[in-house]
Amino acid sequence: MIEEKRNFWDWINSIDRGIIYLIIGIVIILPILLGLKEEVQISPSVRSAYEMIESLDSNDVIIISIDYDPASMPELQPMLKAILRHAFEKDVKVIMMVFWPLGLPIGTEGLEEVAKEYGKVYGEDYVNLGYRPGDRAVMIDMGKEIRNFFRTDVNDILLDSHTMMRNVHNYNDIALIVGLEAGRFGEFWVQYVGSRYNQRIVLGVTGVMAAETYPYLQSGQIEGLIGGLKGAAEYETLIEKPGFGLTGMAAQSWAHIAIVMFIIIGNIGYFMTRRK
Amino acid sequence: MILLLALAFSISAKDTPDDGGGSITVNVYNIPEGTARIELSRLEKGDMLYKEAGLIPIFKGECDDASVVDGIGYLYRGKAIAKDTFYIAEMEGFVTSSPQWFNKSRITVLIFLILFGSVVLTYIQLAKKNPEGLFIRKLPALDAIDEAVGRSTEMGKPVLFVPGLEGITDAGTLASLTILEMVGKKVAEYGSRVIHPNFDPIVMTTAQETLKTAFAEAGRPDAFNKDDVFYLTYEQFGFAAGVDGIMLRERPGAIFLQGYFYAESLILAETGYSIGAIQIAGTNATTQLPFFVAACDYVLLGEEMFAASAYISREPRLLGSIKGSDLAKVVLLFMIGAGVIFGTIAGIAKQGGNPTYMQIFNKMLEFLAKGAK
Amino acid sequence: MKKRVPLVITFVTGFIVIISFFIPHRPFGPLETDTLIWYSIILGFTLLIGVDSLVRLHVRQMRRRKEGWWYSIVFFTGFFYCLVIGIISIMRTPNPFQPGTIFFYGYKTILIPLQSTMFALLAFFVASASYRAFRARTLEATLLLIAAVIVMIGRVPAGYKLWTRLPGIANWVFNVLQMGAMRGIMIGVALGAVAMSLRLILGIERTYLS
Repeated sequence: MIEEKRNFWDWINSIDRGIIYLIIGIVIILPILLGLKEEVQISPSVRSAYEMIESLDSNDVIIISIDYDPASMPELQPMLKAILRHAFEKDVKVIMMVFWPLGLPIGTEGLEEVAKEYGKVYGEDYVNLGYRPGDRAVMIDMGKEIRNFFRTDVNDILLDSHTMMRNVHNYNDIALIVGLEAGRFGEFWVQYVGSRYNQRIVLGVTGVMAAETYPYLQSGQIEGLIGGLKGAAEYETLIEKPGFGLTGMAAQSWAHIAIVMFIIIGNIGYFMTRRK
Repeated sequence: MILLLALAFSISAKDTPDDGGGSITVNVYNIPEGTARIELSRLEKGDMLYKEAGLIPIFKGECDDASVVDGIGYLYRGKAIAKDTFYIAEMEGFVTSSPQWFNKSRITVLIFLILFGSVVLTYIQLAKKNPEGLFIRKLPALDAIDEAVGRSTEMGKPVLFVPGLEGITDAGTLASLTILEMVGKKVAEYGSRVIHPNFDPIVMTTAQETLKTAFAEAGRPDAFNKDDVFYLTYEQFGFAAGVDGIMLRERPGAIFLQGYFYAESLILAETGYSIGAIQIAGTNATTQLPFFVAACDYVLLGEEMFAASAYISREPRLLGSIKGSDLAKVVLLFMIGAGVIFGTIAGIAKQGGNPTYMQIFNKMLEFLAKGAK
Repeated sequence: MKKRVPLVITFVTGFIVIISFFIPHRPFGPLETDTLIWYSIILGFTLLIGVDSLVRLHVRQMRRRKEGWWYSIVFFTGFFYCLVIGIISIMRTPNPFQPGTIFFYGYKTILIPLQSTMFALLAFFVASASYRAFRARTLEATLLLIAAVIVMIGRVPAGYKLWTRLPGIANWVFNVLQMGAMRGIMIGVALGAVAMSLRLILGIERTYLS
């Protein structure tokens, strides 16, 4: 009996990875299949981001920078759609640009989908500049003239032929930059544009990067921060337009609880086997 | 009425400070209520007519006119357009733009650079005179290189070295090449093999040369196989999938994850754990450190990577630079501590009705933050 | 000579780039942007070297019939598919990523699922790594364990349901404790990088030269 008990605690102490993966898979898929939704509490950082966009006037122009690829799409695409809905609701003009070339199609897809919802017209209400190589050089030079790097838009049409771009030349004419970041470009926006050109910036980042980006919010170098899927869910709650962010919250809750349970079980197993 | 309001709504312009010329900063004040837009026009000295020069954003109240020519005088006029009326503001004197030879807003950075550089160079000179007097604490991750490569050789398995997902310009990648040289020498001495998949082609060519030299210095130039250092892909998860595949097929006995990593760090570390390899990680990506600490046997935390070359070679000049940067850190620590204490006292004093200390504190912060521009 | 010339180039270039940070006047001011653009151009050409290396690797594997050589056929299929389809798409439309192009079809049906799959692995690996790593072996490990549990539960809606104060505590751990440690590491990394860069520019650190 004692021998069996010892084996049980040994097993608890070293559960096969396959079982862990199976349980995690189930707790993530089940809430999504069942369509469960969870309410979220709004954090100050997301509220700041929301209020920043809320304070814009109609006809203000914002830049949304797509700096992510399909891997980070689940976290950042809901943010993109929520921000676009908010901006178009307020008749704010949107310029989209891309520093991660693989993000161009998904950014374009999101932009076109939400623009269609609000009956926005390309060239009058929004423009897609596309991708240009050079990242920091592009960011710096746009402070002088956007057309130095973006003479044409993503479809090779001259920028000056779009009505909304006629009086938009550099950061002077941009009310806000929204960076959706899966890598280091958020830092670059702050270092090369925020400080040099006194440009207001809001960042939307993946959950793991939120910790690294918070110091910029605390020091006032950015106006707001939307972190991870939860941040997207909070923003959707604020604009009262639920999307994938809120759908994913139940799955995220259950997954976190499952991981904590595994940690507790693992520690129980550890202490019981240590007694031997 | 409009004249009175026009007196209130005013405009000024000056040469944009700390720039390379060709720009004038225009400010407007007392923007009338209900203004929809502010049109800016410009008169060049010698001309008769104002020309359009763009719009001034209402939320900023200022803009940089970057289409001017140095040395030519300009007059500006602002026209604030509201629903049924407009307001005009004009300047009196001409303004010219010119380039500056020094960016004054970066003075704090220059001071820091000079101080830091002086400290580092001083310690390097001290180290040359007394190389034994410099102590560096143990770095278990670097001490474990020998053990890792030895274990891998005994098992008859190769060593896998992953240099991270940044280019040659990243400090972490350069540090990883330093560690690669050490690993390469050990691998050559033990007669083993090192596999080096790359994310960046420039890093690949540099790594080939580094390993070639390492093998030559270990007396085994013939043992170096150029095909073991290859390019995989410039795509993040494609690279992670490729490296995982190499781990599962080649079953290395030791895995080095050294460089700047992103989200794929845990995928690599967990796959390495699953094949039972000894893993030594090192990264300057602060967001990925927790994952490496959780999944790897040894980790070089951030700046410990940069100390690797000094630690292994024990060359006085390198050791001196480490000591110098340590001293700079201590100084920064004291400055932060002093700032926190002073800020707290200033806050308490302000609450007690004396704002002087807080004003001094804010001025200090403003001066230090200037360098961020 | 072989080592001296690169060292001189490194020193002169490094010095010029540093002083151009402080001197906005031409020719120094625009140097920052220019060097970044030159780097992008060089990187574009070096990708050809990378592609050459990769193609040679797979040709070798196929010739030697090494274990798993048939995967090299998969590689070449993907490689030529992207190359040919990409060129056709560019010839037909200025934006090959435009919805409706064959290139976009490949992107949507192959790349997006593959990338999402790889990223999704993280969810499983986080669970197995947490289970294995968060053991209360020492005092520090116990503190780490407690902090991890508080933050993991506190930052999801379930945390608020369990205890309404938990999100506040989790935010405090995140914004105060964690932030301090993060800032400390960031300062250390930044100073280390500056020291390393100084060593490289002054020629004290030469490992990159080989």
